[in-house]
Amino acid sequence: MTDTSLSGAAPPAAPTTPVAQAIAGGKKLTTVYVYEAPVRLWHWVNALSILVLCVTGYLIGSPFPTLSGEPSSHYLMGTIRFVHFSAGYILAVGFLGRIIWAFFGNKYSRELFTFPFWRKSFWKGFFTEVQWYAFLKPRPLKFVGHNPLAQVFLFFVMVLGLAFMILTGFALYSEGTGLGSWQANLFGWVIPLLGGSMQVHTLHHLGMWVIIVFIIIHVYSVIREDIMSRQSMVSAITNGHRTFRDDDPD
Amino acid sequence: MALETFYEVMRRQGITRRSFLKYCSLTAAALGLGPEFAPQIAQAMETKPRTPVLWLHGLECTCCSESFIRSAHPLVKDVVLSMISLDYDDTLMASAGHQAEAILDEVMTKYKGNYILAVEGNPPLNEDGMYCIIGGKPFVDQLKKVAKDAKAIISWGSCASYGCVQAARPNPTRATPVHEVIFDKPIIKVPGCPPIAEVMTGVITYMLTFDQLPALDRQGRPLMFYSQRIHDKCYRRPHFDAGQYVESFDDEGARKGYCLYKVGCKGPTTYNACSTVRWNDGVSFPIQAGHGCIGCSEDGFWDKGSWYARLADLKNSGFGIEANADQVGLVAAGAVGAGVAVHAAVSALKRAQHKNTDGATKTEGGEK
Repeated sequence: MTDTSLSGAAPPAAPTTPVAQAIAGGKKLTTVYVYEAPVRLWHWVNALSILVLCVTGYLIGSPFPTLSGEPSSHYLMGTIRFVHFSAGYILAVGFLGRIIWAFFGNKYSRELFTFPFWRKSFWKGFFTEVQWYAFLKPRPLKFVGHNPLAQVFLFFVMVLGLAFMILTGFALYSEGTGLGSWQANLFGWVIPLLGGSMQVHTLHHLGMWVIIVFIIIHVYSVIREDIMSRQSMVSAITNGHRTFRDDDPD
Repeated sequence: MALETFYEVMRRQGITRRSFLKYCSLTAAALGLGPEFAPQIAQAMETKPRTPVLWLHGLECTCCSESFIRSAHPLVKDVVLSMISLDYDDTLMASAGHQAEAILDEVMTKYKGNYILAVEGNPPLNEDGMYCIIGGKPFVDQLKKVAKDAKAIISWGSCASYGCVQAARPNPTRATPVHEVIFDKPIIKVPGCPPIAEVMTGVITYMLTFDQLPALDRQGRPLMFYSQRIHDKCYRRPHFDAGQYVESFDDEGARKGYCLYKVGCKGPTTYNACSTVRWNDGVSFPIQAGHGCIGCSEDGFWDKGSWYARLADLKNSGFGIEANADQVGLVAAGAVGAGVAVHAAVSALKRAQHKNTDGATKTEGGEK
């Protein structure tokens, strides 16, 4: 945010948002560097592994029609499971890395994991966004990071939801690696806790559908926001810079 | 009179020392122990007095007893039945009535804190336990009384371990597994409907020879028999990995012995020794007979069901919807997709509308 601190003689009651600061400093602010490289890398790696996990996961639950010939000449299910487990590892490592980055990155990198539910202004922004999506407001607010609605949505699906999928996923994986493996030691407790192996399979499967529904909403709202809101979306997660379309203060 | 040792009993039954040593090696192997444990077993059996076992029956179908007495290796069966001092088992014992109940009290006082309590079936708790009366008293009272001075408790079968059929929804009698009634004793769960005979005799042999509980998993099942899924040791596993499944019970795949995953085999979610020990002297087990595993040794297998489908019916998982995860997920994704499409259409209309008025408001001084 070096670009906002250029105004040497800031007014005493300095406005807090970068946009407002910039306006107060008499500067036309059109771009803020929001998503640092690790965040962007995580986003796309995460997206890709989720895609792979959904496809292979679905195929594990409902396999392809039977192959003919000797079993020694095929390894279809084995390969699908291998890809699923590999993508699961990549997703889990990425998730861990993303958590670690939240400690080192800029303040926007922490938005995913917390939302200021104690702040009235947050909920005001939240309901303004709801109204904007319900076509009750003709113009949304400006946000440098995520808008409050997106932040809550992301927190519940991408943090809690992914954590649940990682926990149940590794618990199910540990059934194959066997007792005494580190997966079983770390995640094995999940299975009796949730009511047995079959139950964990079912919940893991339902989790996939929650994520698929998330993808539909996420992709749609990002494209819609990119076209209709006051800041850039797709380019922001690609090159990290959020561009604003206007310099209005609110 | 001091109790006879196992060895003395066996000799009295006409078993040669050679056979006895063979039995010890076999038992060591069956328990997953190395050959160096065979002499230890022999030593224990030669010196240790027999441990009294009291075998109680609650709400059950006696399939555990039926399985137990069919313990495949004849030597194992003979030996186990004579080596444990099975002092009370109302199904197998000769005495009845007051005479039988008197034995219970006698063993309980004489071997206080030293006998093993084996429970087959479970106590119903509704109506003060009136759904299962033993000797004129609710079974739950007998269970609590005998458990008080027991060294350890073995929960035979899924009934005692998890509740099984009589605890299935709606469970009118409130049949309750042993570990939810007795809290202060070590409990070994040996689930299965019934458990495999060799598993039962194996657990008992281990406890008697080593005078300690077998290593248990998180759910209290002996690791030596319940640490692996049926699926992991299934002889049809190569067909699973290859992608060759029985699609319906009368198809080509069924005749060729392909994997039963798609017709609901619960092998991948069931921990038991069926695919290694098998049944009836290793003759066969359900999957070998062409029918999927129904997961009888898993908690709540009656209610969780979907015995003939891979994906569980959510109704059985307590969601109250008669559909599987994919059906629910497709409807949800379809609904959200349709909602998104409508939202997109309205957005486009609004935007077109807004663009027209936008120019006008901008010139008027730009309020939103």
